[in-house]
Amino acid sequence: MDWTKIVSLALSTGIFAFVIWLVRERRLREKYALLWLSTSLFIILLTVSRRILEVAALSIGIFYPPSLLFLVGVLFLLMVSIGHSVTLSRLSESNHNLAQEVALLRKQLEDETAKREQGCKPAP
Amino acid sequence: MQRGDMKILAIIPAYNEADNLRAVIGDLRSFGGDLLVVNDGSTDQTAAVAKSLGAHVISHPFNLGIGGTVQTGLKFAHEHDYDFAIQFDGDGQHRGDQIFKIVDLVKRGEADLVIGSRTLPGGYKMGITRWFGSRIFHCLIRFLSGQTIEDPTSGFRCYGKRTIRLFSRYYTDDYPEVESIITAARSGLRVVEVPVLMRGRLSGNSSITRRKSAYYMLKVTLAMVVDAMRGRQLIGES
Repeated sequence: MDWTKIVSLALSTGIFAFVIWLVRERRLREKYALLWLSTSLFIILLTVSRRILEVAALSIGIFYPPSLLFLVGVLFLLMVSIGHSVTLSRLSESNHNLAQEVALLRKQLEDETAKREQGCKPAP
Repeated sequence: MQRGDMKILAIIPAYNEADNLRAVIGDLRSFGGDLLVVNDGSTDQTAAVAKSLGAHVISHPFNLGIGGTVQTGLKFAHEHDYDFAIQFDGDGQHRGDQIFKIVDLVKRGEADLVIGSRTLPGGYKMGITRWFGSRIFHCLIRFLSGQTIEDPTSGFRCYGKRTIRLFSRYYTDDYPEVESIITAARSGLRVVEVPVLMRGRLSGNSSITRRKSAYYMLKVTLAMVVDAMRGRQLIGES
């Protein structure tokens, strides 16, 4: 086993363990954890058997296998980022609506409290 | 319903405008409707000053931007069944004695959204950057909705009931003025522009700086083009 293999194996198992730890600490939702866990499993798989990458690359006409790895990696991260932007947009939309709702409800509450207080005042 | 019974609301979006509010609300004294100051998470005394001057006040828990602020006012108008609402900026640019000009057409049922324009004959001059941006938006709006609006970035507006309903459901966050014209026009609402007089600002700076104006142009253009791709969003009568 060469050094590259050991290092990349250590890194990918490290990521795996880190993600599990984040879920355990309730700092990461399972929904996202699954994504990153499968990613690290995928990297572990590629580390253990270089054949997979070589066969896959050659079969689609890429003669330098690592470039397939980069291509897939970049595309994957791109998709994940777009996904996160979508989530972010949805969250800011609901955040926006909630803030307005809170403001409107507080106004309603203030008005009703004022009305009640006025009603309780003894007649002059 | 008689015309005299119509419920009208003046929406005053305010972000740290405590210094200007007294003059602004004083200017609206003869307006004859309800005043609503929407305080967009100000860090000064905006809310307290507005309350002491007898206006309704709604305070956002944090800053939402001008779009969200106007929309909160429109949501309030929708919930309380106002017949029409005007937008009157809290910075002192808009003049109380010009309100009748933008209200008239909506009152008579001839328009759903009226924009007070500075560029029509009788209006006033604006800076060169703003003028240039305005021209581009003017062309875009005409291309996308067939509407001719000379001053699409003006925030001096009157919203009819149908517009209130539409915008309380959909109104964009930042730089909403131009995009909302397209939304309204494409939803079958009648958008009309009338000339009005305005003042220079009392204090504070415009929300759109030079640096931001490139982003502003791009963002609004994208929003308008995508909006046009959505197809017509007719608002139901119910």
